[in-house]
Amino acid sequence: MRIGVITFPGSLDDRDAQRAIRIAGAEPVALWHGEHDLHGVDALVLPGGFSYGDYLRCGAIASFSPIMSEVIDAANKGMPVLGICNGFQMLTEAKLLPGGLVRNEGGNFVCRDQKLRVENASTDWTNGFAAGDEITIPLKNGEGGFIASRGTLDELEGEGRVVFRYLEVNPNGSMNDIAGVSNERGNVVGLMPHPEHAVEEGFGPDTALAMRNGTDGLTFFASVIERSLLSA
Amino acid sequence: MTDTVANAISTPEHDQPYDALGLKPDEYQRIRDLLGRRPTSGELAMYSVMWSEHCSYKSSKIYLRQFGQKVTPKMKQNLLVGMGENAGVIDIGEGWAVTFKVESHNHPSFIEPFQGAATGVGGIVRDIISMGARPVAVMDQLRFGAIDHPDTARVVHGVVRGISSYGNSLGLPNIGGETYFDSVYQDNPLVNALAVGVLRHEDLHLANARGAGNKVVLFGARTGGDGIGGASILASDTFSEGGPTKRPAVQVGDPFAEKVLIECCLELFAGDLVQGIQDLGAAGISCATSELAANGDGGMYIELDRVLLRDPTLTPEEILMSESQERMMAIVQPDKLEQFLAVTAKWDVETSVLGEVTDTGRLVIDWHGEEIVNVDPRTVAVDSPVYERPVAYPSWIDALQADSASALPRTSDPDQLREQFLTLLGSPNLASKHWITDQYDRYVGGNTALAVPDDGGMVRVDESSGLGFAIAADANGRYAQLDPYEGARLALAEAYRNVAVTGAVPAAVSDCLNFGSPENPEVMWQFSRAVEGLADGCLELEIPVTGGNVSFYNQTGDSPIHPTPVVAVLGVIDDVARRVPSGWQDDGENIYLLGTTALELDGSAWAGTIHDHLGGRPPKVDLEAEQRLAGLLAAGAQESLISAAHDLSDGGLAQAIAECVLRFGVGARVVLDELLDRDGIDVATALFSESTGRVLVSVPREDDVRFRGLCEGRGYTVARIGVTDATSGTLELQDLFTVPVEDLRATHRSLAL
Repeated sequence: MRIGVITFPGSLDDRDAQRAIRIAGAEPVALWHGEHDLHGVDALVLPGGFSYGDYLRCGAIASFSPIMSEVIDAANKGMPVLGICNGFQMLTEAKLLPGGLVRNEGGNFVCRDQKLRVENASTDWTNGFAAGDEITIPLKNGEGGFIASRGTLDELEGEGRVVFRYLEVNPNGSMNDIAGVSNERGNVVGLMPHPEHAVEEGFGPDTALAMRNGTDGLTFFASVIERSLLSA
Repeated sequence: MTDTVANAISTPEHDQPYDALGLKPDEYQRIRDLLGRRPTSGELAMYSVMWSEHCSYKSSKIYLRQFGQKVTPKMKQNLLVGMGENAGVIDIGEGWAVTFKVESHNHPSFIEPFQGAATGVGGIVRDIISMGARPVAVMDQLRFGAIDHPDTARVVHGVVRGISSYGNSLGLPNIGGETYFDSVYQDNPLVNALAVGVLRHEDLHLANARGAGNKVVLFGARTGGDGIGGASILASDTFSEGGPTKRPAVQVGDPFAEKVLIECCLELFAGDLVQGIQDLGAAGISCATSELAANGDGGMYIELDRVLLRDPTLTPEEILMSESQERMMAIVQPDKLEQFLAVTAKWDVETSVLGEVTDTGRLVIDWHGEEIVNVDPRTVAVDSPVYERPVAYPSWIDALQADSASALPRTSDPDQLREQFLTLLGSPNLASKHWITDQYDRYVGGNTALAVPDDGGMVRVDESSGLGFAIAADANGRYAQLDPYEGARLALAEAYRNVAVTGAVPAAVSDCLNFGSPENPEVMWQFSRAVEGLADGCLELEIPVTGGNVSFYNQTGDSPIHPTPVVAVLGVIDDVARRVPSGWQDDGENIYLLGTTALELDGSAWAGTIHDHLGGRPPKVDLEAEQRLAGLLAAGAQESLISAAHDLSDGGLAQAIAECVLRFGVGARVVLDELLDRDGIDVATALFSESTGRVLVSVPREDDVRFRGLCEGRGYTVARIGVTDATSGTLELQDLFTVPVEDLRATHRSLAL
């Protein structure tokens, strides 16, 4: 399976996402924001970072990058798309996901090992989990507060499209403790925390067992690979 | 009217404002002698910034030479690039090299904390890029005024947000640092930023302009009016009450532009499109052109009106002096220029070809066809004035050293000891700095093997072999105030030990020497002693100083800061999988204290926090013992005998035990009797003394015999002082006191500004 990782000017976690894909057993394909070409990949990751410095609304400029027209097309046809942090912000700006992300309630950038509950284990990116699983992956953002209208929130909750919820600490003031959501079809998922930073023992979050050994993020990438094998 | 060379020749008596630019009368006269005429205003601008203390090291040069002289063949063995370049480069094996440097941005950070700190990070990162390396980590060493002073919060929050905003946006993990509060830094905070980069040996680049006909290219952000004169005005004089505001002299950072510049440069390096490269920092184009030309084999010709401007009203002098951030200057072969421009265009990085390398030996700069600069670049960049400033033994230091903390009352009452222990744990300098470090991304890059709160940061360099580096930077201004020679050696010893406890082998040193005014003979004495101490120490440990930075004029009025020599030590580890954490993770492991404890409370956190006392002589440093200790720790890590190791420094054994507990929340039972008997000390000394050469380690029971054998074989003093306890949820110091782990955590995390 070939999974594309799009690099925008200011993307930071693109190489980390590529590594995560490699460790999970797929082939990462580096894609450039300025091209109108997905190079025939089977799935897409929009990585974290500060595209265009995020001096305007986060992800707003990047969501108009040339490659985004292909991304929107592919997503609407059912290609699995994962937006992490800045990538999540881009997906909301591109209207592939509902809601928006605003400055953290506390005002500051927050970096922490974050506990989440997997609320929906049927999306392309979460089917390797069981609903209710509690996982820990790093969170690091300045503008991660999820907001949406009351109507949208009700819809997301009612349709089971809240994919992840913050546990113990809501680090950024997100409504309903929402950490990640999906589209109706379940192929497009966006979340603020970083699964690509919890894929390799020794470099992930601390666990009760050992320092920096958390690999809960690997299941995101394993899920999409597994689904592609099943549908092949 | 433009002040051309021709004009300068015809108007020799023209009055020039050299004084306002920070030049002394004799320096101005020297420029006239060098040129054989008066300088043009453009030349005057260049000389004034390049001859400023900040750029020329004119007061420190005669001392810094020691770092190049006190060397052994072993110290040069792995040194690919030594002092004098943008940053030193060390061979770490497997074809990899590491470059690192620490630099100050103290004065701008007091005036405008956010931008001052942000551009401090930006500047040091560009130094790393200019060596051909990919930046992979940053750290910061911060010192602020008293925590309860009304102005401190402004500076702290501004500085932390500046570092957070800039560093996070670059995608560089912040892997450690230190934060101290002391009223001596009230009007003069220290903001030192450190960056590390990695490169393949063949990617090494240097800042020189060689090959007549090669193009001189400026790329990155446009040049604006920010930071004009910043280098000379900000760093060459103290802030005076009622003087004109210096706010416009601080540069403004754009981390996005820098991030794009990093990726753009790496693509240029990968395509072999760059002959020589230099970042633009202090003194901007003046510095880049004169240094590139001076380090090259000829001269340089520049058409200054080709510089892309943010503000079209800038004069040529202002363009020469501007310190606009996120700019680089490259030397490019003409046949590679097209490819070069294609790469910068891909990254939307604005680029202009300013001129070319010549064989004239002169740096010539034109402005709209008229010559405004014609100098020998070496006179600007290399042969700047060298001062032998007066040195005087401080009148106050004998009295200070005579006032030992040994005379302070030391309690043996368990309740009072418990109270002092918790007071120290929650004190501003020893409490957790999570409220700062939680604002920094430590994960980005996916190679962070250790980060704050471990003793050193560690980053994997090679994903297949696991090869990596560890780095730590330390300083103790209180020690250095008591004895600058020993203070510098103590900083070196602590950073060295902090790298050793991670399992890495110390390999190289960088420093940032923060001092008061060089025009104060007592400060010059402190400086000379500190440099001597550091150079002697590095010679004894046989690890080279690869570069560094001097920051003078850190004072307000007549009060200099404590001498603060920040010493960074970088170590190498074959496989980061063998790294050793700083805290206890498992139940029932034996806790050992390596090293001996003496009555050494002078300058300690205990003396400062409990008794508001600073006096006496700092703890003794035995670098030969530190070397043996590091060897023991490396061997222990190699054989996986040690499951945790934590350096003892500020706050002594008590603080180290608390930190080992708090890292993962595993408690312990500690017995001090054997230690008290063996070292002949009282319990307060055992808990709070800051004797050097000590490390707390935990050892799995099954490795106990082998570990003791290791210590015996290497002749290092060791005592078992307890056992880890993951079940009780408490830290028990037998016969003294017991504290629940949750209380320890609450105390340690109670500080937030």
